[in-house]
Amino acid sequence: MLSHVDVLESEAVHVFREVAGEFERPVMLFSGGKDSIVMLHLALKAFAPAAVPFALLHVDTGHNFPEVLAYRDRVVAEHGLRLHVASVQEFIDDGRLRERGDGTRNPLQTVPLLEAIGRHRFDAVFGGGRRDEEKARAKERVFSLRDEFGGWDPRRQRPELWQLYNGRHAPGEHVRVFPLSNFTELDVWQYIAREKIELPSIYFAHEREVFAREGMWLAPGGWGGPREGERVERRLVRYRTVGDMSCTGAVDSDAVTIEAVIAEITASRLTERGATRADDKLSEAAMEDRKREGYF
Amino acid sequence: MTTTDMVGLAAASLLRFATAGSVDDGKSTLVGRLLHDSKSVLADQLDAVERASRHRGAAAPDLALLTDGLRAEREQGITIDVAHRYFATPRRRFILADTPGHVQYTRNMVTGASTAGLAVVLVDARNGVVEQTRRHAAVAALLRVPHVVLAVNKMDLVGYAESVFAAIAGEFTAYASRLGIGEVTAIPVSALAGDNVVVPSAHMDWYGGPTVLEHLESVPVGTDPTTSAARFPVQYVIRPQTPGHRDYRGYAGQIACGVFRVGDRVAVLPSGRTSTITAIDALGTSVDLAWAPQSVTLRLADDLDISRGDLITPTTSAPPTTRDIEATVCHLADRPLRTGDRVLLKHTTRTVKAIVKDLPSRLSLDDLTHTPHPTHLTANDIGRITLRTSEPLALDPYTNSRHTGSFLLIDPTDGTTLTAGMAGTSFAAPAAPVSTDGEWDF
Repeated sequence: MLSHVDVLESEAVHVFREVAGEFERPVMLFSGGKDSIVMLHLALKAFAPAAVPFALLHVDTGHNFPEVLAYRDRVVAEHGLRLHVASVQEFIDDGRLRERGDGTRNPLQTVPLLEAIGRHRFDAVFGGGRRDEEKARAKERVFSLRDEFGGWDPRRQRPELWQLYNGRHAPGEHVRVFPLSNFTELDVWQYIAREKIELPSIYFAHEREVFAREGMWLAPGGWGGPREGERVERRLVRYRTVGDMSCTGAVDSDAVTIEAVIAEITASRLTERGATRADDKLSEAAMEDRKREGYF
Repeated sequence: MTTTDMVGLAAASLLRFATAGSVDDGKSTLVGRLLHDSKSVLADQLDAVERASRHRGAAAPDLALLTDGLRAEREQGITIDVAHRYFATPRRRFILADTPGHVQYTRNMVTGASTAGLAVVLVDARNGVVEQTRRHAAVAALLRVPHVVLAVNKMDLVGYAESVFAAIAGEFTAYASRLGIGEVTAIPVSALAGDNVVVPSAHMDWYGGPTVLEHLESVPVGTDPTTSAARFPVQYVIRPQTPGHRDYRGYAGQIACGVFRVGDRVAVLPSGRTSTITAIDALGTSVDLAWAPQSVTLRLADDLDISRGDLITPTTSAPPTTRDIEATVCHLADRPLRTGDRVLLKHTTRTVKAIVKDLPSRLSLDDLTHTPHPTHLTANDIGRITLRTSEPLALDPYTNSRHTGSFLLIDPTDGTTLTAGMAGTSFAAPAAPVSTDGEWDF
């Protein structure tokens, strides 16, 4: 009998091959976070021994962790992949976007993302989103049709039956595809352990300078922290998610191996996003509202 | 956690199940209770529910808020769309398709049931089996969900009376057997009070069966792949044309059913050409055999013209190909389906043009009566259909395979998913000739 991880792997590979078989210009979002790393690993397996038949797209907020950017460039080179970068900083520099008062750039990603999708005429965009992450994502389809503004309308989603994914779309529309829909955080880690996938070092416990804000340990940096009155200290921490530095918090941890990380998250009483994402705490429907605007 | 625990978790099986219930049967509460009592709700999620419940003026945390994820759902207190929930026990991992119970969302239950290995049908103990219960049972039967659980909820409101439970379970089981549902597990519960959901009830000594969670953990999952004919829809042809793999030509896909072995004589449909499997690549390792639902790459002895949409099958069990399809359908879209409509038909990895030739009957799920030759099917209608396709398809009866017996109809102009189809006969097909008085003989 197949284990649940085998079944999830097999289904994700099926999704990759469906998209490669039906779309003209797919692209895969790649942030250097664990979900996109697992997604890339699955894509490499799906088409082996041939190359992955699509490029990667990174939406760079300008406030990314340096370890993660280094990792990104290393895997791109190692597998001979093509990487497009959509830069939030460029959009701010030329006046198309304005910095927010709270300094977080996560919501600003939507504009460069949609611009890149339009400019390259991508018709399918793989994202590493998982339905267990958040209650609005729990409503997400594997194939999610987006209108010409990149918008998601949860009331007008296509029903999705069996494993028959409908990728039809009009010119200007595109489809977001989520091969990891049915993985949970624990599944992702178990898969990383089984496949011996290398991750950026910040996923494992290490000493680093952090300061406290609204119950999270944030990393100081050019993005605007710490503010006055916020005290920087050295702590043993790791990251459960990796995103923009301004809104991604570290957790206290001494887990230096994959096995220790799995034990830690199994025992944790907090969800991944509850523990480490500031932007989801803005309101009860923060994620739904961002997704409606085109966020992945 | 010890290493042994981790190995146990990694090797655990996966059960997909769907819940169905009418609006006020307490389905969201049952799901919330299942998640809460199995310790699958984490502190920050519970905090959010408590905050939102207080905000709404509720005295106790409303567990239904755990599952209603959209703004409009929370505003109206109803579930609009299918949501997927994930939880695990040491024995098994679960994917729950939480489907809405509203009449106008029957298509959502069809959606949830299409991949489910088990369906939980919820009944309010005070009301017993109602039309909506019969509808849910019929959908589970039509979609061939292997296991059906009847959860008789709100037992606290009928004094935990065995006689009430026994009467409802008896009526439902009799109805289910008429639909061809082999076995029903009936469980008396109170989702609100927590009786028999995860923890055995202290109020119902007369009940000796499992709790809902115990049953979910122990029900057999999957079917023995060796008992069904092997089917492999070709998804994608892999041809690296790199120095190391100059002559590599592999047919990538997910095994829909059955087992494939190196050395098998296979036919490629619809062309009917034959060859022999020389290698099976299972995502990086070379294996001698593979089975459903593995995603693999097959290599054949002969260079045949094979592309996406073809079906590889052992020569000994090849299905017939046809351009005339008869099926039971559930219409999903707001725009109606009429005789003469030109549509696209997606079956496995193949999409072809098709014309709706006839709509022989429409089924009322309430009482299983038929309306012969309706002028059209509207959203949520279940009916019989005949189609003519532009190219031959290798369809199995849905009763033999949920994978190779199912299809979608798609609007060719804007891509809307119109209709879900199940090939072959089902209880939704009236015994010929269709009687006009609405009576139907099983």
